Amino acid sequence: MKIIVLVKEVPDTYGERKLDLETGLADRAASEAVLDEIGERALEVALAHADAHGDTEVVVMSMAPESAATTIRKGLAMGAASAVHIADPGLAGADLGLTARTLAAAIRRTGFDLVITGNLSTDGSGGVLPAMLAELLEVPNATALASVEITGGSVSGTRNVDGGTMRVSAPLPAVISITEALPDARFPNFKGIMAAKKKPFETLGAADLGIEPEDLSVPVSIMTAVAEKPPRTAGTKITDEGDAGTKIAEFLIENRLV
Amino acid sequence: MTDHPADAILVVLETTPNGELASSAAGLIAAASGIGTPVALAVTSPGRAQSLADGAAALGAERVLAVETTSTQSELTVPHVDALAAAAAVVAPDAVLISNSIDGRDIAGRFAARTGAPIAVDAIGVSRDDEGVLAHHSVYGAAYTLDSAATFGPLVVTVRQGSVDARAEARPVALESLEVPASGAASAAIESIEAVTESSSRPELRGAKRVVSGGRGLGSAEKFALVEELADALGAAVGASRAAVDAGYIPASHQVGQTGVAVSPQLYVALGISGAIQHRAGMQTAKNIIAVNKDPDAPIFDVADFGVVGDVFTVVPQLISALAERKR
Repeated sequence: MKIIVLVKEVPDTYGERKLDLETGLADRAASEAVLDEIGERALEVALAHADAHGDTEVVVMSMAPESAATTIRKGLAMGAASAVHIADPGLAGADLGLTARTLAAAIRRTGFDLVITGNLSTDGSGGVLPAMLAELLEVPNATALASVEITGGSVSGTRNVDGGTMRVSAPLPAVISITEALPDARFPNFKGIMAAKKKPFETLGAADLGIEPEDLSVPVSIMTAVAEKPPRTAGTKITDEGDAGTKIAEFLIENRLV
Repeated sequence: MTDHPADAILVVLETTPNGELASSAAGLIAAASGIGTPVALAVTSPGRAQSLADGAAALGAERVLAVETTSTQSELTVPHVDALAAAAAVVAPDAVLISNSIDGRDIAGRFAARTGAPIAVDAIGVSRDDEGVLAHHSVYGAAYTLDSAATFGPLVVTVRQGSVDARAEARPVALESLEVPASGAASAAIESIEAVTESSSRPELRGAKRVVSGGRGLGSAEKFALVEELADALGAAVGASRAAVDAGYIPASHQVGQTGVAVSPQLYVALGISGAIQHRAGMQTAKNIIAVNKDPDAPIFDVADFGVVGDVFTVVPQLISALAERKR
């Protein structure tokens, strides 16, 4: 079985994240870049299956600037067999439609039985790519899975949707996305890091995938304005001297919050 | 077929697992009526269309297109997308508004991919200028705002739940049934759905006007009851930090933050929450923030309008009795 895991380089949420106010794009120099944690969890699902089933091949795939290669390589150090990196300056600032078309083309080219993604990235929090990919790849989608069972011919799991819990299953090939409810990812060990250097790492451009990034006949979503909000400032801070509860009540009453 | 308004905005109605109109409908229809004429799409099990149409009209839908089918109970996403594609073909809307819920995102994603329409996600509002519909976003934990638009053609927008406070005026009920050719697109099968019935009468976290959240500082699941007591005293929803959820004090559905629910209430009370950036990302657009924490250096104080350095187990009971006193 061939499992493709989509991973993403994102600005570390433990630091300050910035948008470039000229271009509206992420200011990659402003913060530490890391592999998005939810993508690592998605990779863990695939690697855990591969641990138990020797005939499983795990491929990590990412569409990101060239500079993200080191971050993507972490997926190889964790245990993926190979990596596909779609890096093309023409794809900088790609909207979701172009991103989905490009990734779908790369996924078809690599071949797959199962695609696993995180449910939401920490930067864009879009959460629509898994369904877009399923539509373009003409396969079922099973998103936001809080548990996953993979068998030879199908994938199933539970998803917590608004107002209920749902059990779903789909024949392979399929696209799934997983939530934080799944186990933490393993850490790459020294052996894994060394082995990663010898693993296949393919870098593709848009043209390799038959994608024309600046096709003006296709409608796209564009950013028309971007602004930084003034940071929130701290208000009153007191140390409890036995009457802080009463003081909070007074604050609530003064501000008509009760 | 009836002519549809030239400035139609197609709104996808969501239903609860019990088939009722979901709470997201009011904000979506109101948002649509602010930029055009709301035409709602109801995809529901046989016999339910009329009650959904009544509900949507009361919330301001000019017209409701109904698709009654049993397939939504057995197939994930695809029946809704087929219905939406059929509705969009008939209505030719300027925009399609969908709730930014798990199912809403799936429907929006597949629909946008199928029709090649540009998609704007997690919008907190929409507007219209001379060139068309704009979606407004709040990103990176509300540190930035940005607007997006389609270069041409309709824009598909997923709208953050609870972000639209406006409500549209009720209109007369106009129900129209819609024929939907099945696309035959492959879908996952729904094997079972279990409705989670919230055992309390507390408001839903998403969209709540007041939220009381607890963190690791509460110490145990038993002691977390203090958070619930204050929430009840304030008529607030109960939230939690990821640390409290991970520690098993409360189910994950209450998690506020980057990966949980993002809230923008009038009042947010953070008890025993340090205020990691991931948590602040989900609450710092609250109008008023109150924080109680033992640690004077906790980052939550950087965003609090009123901060108390102290023990939640002495401060909060005093607050609860002060509130009770006032009610008397």
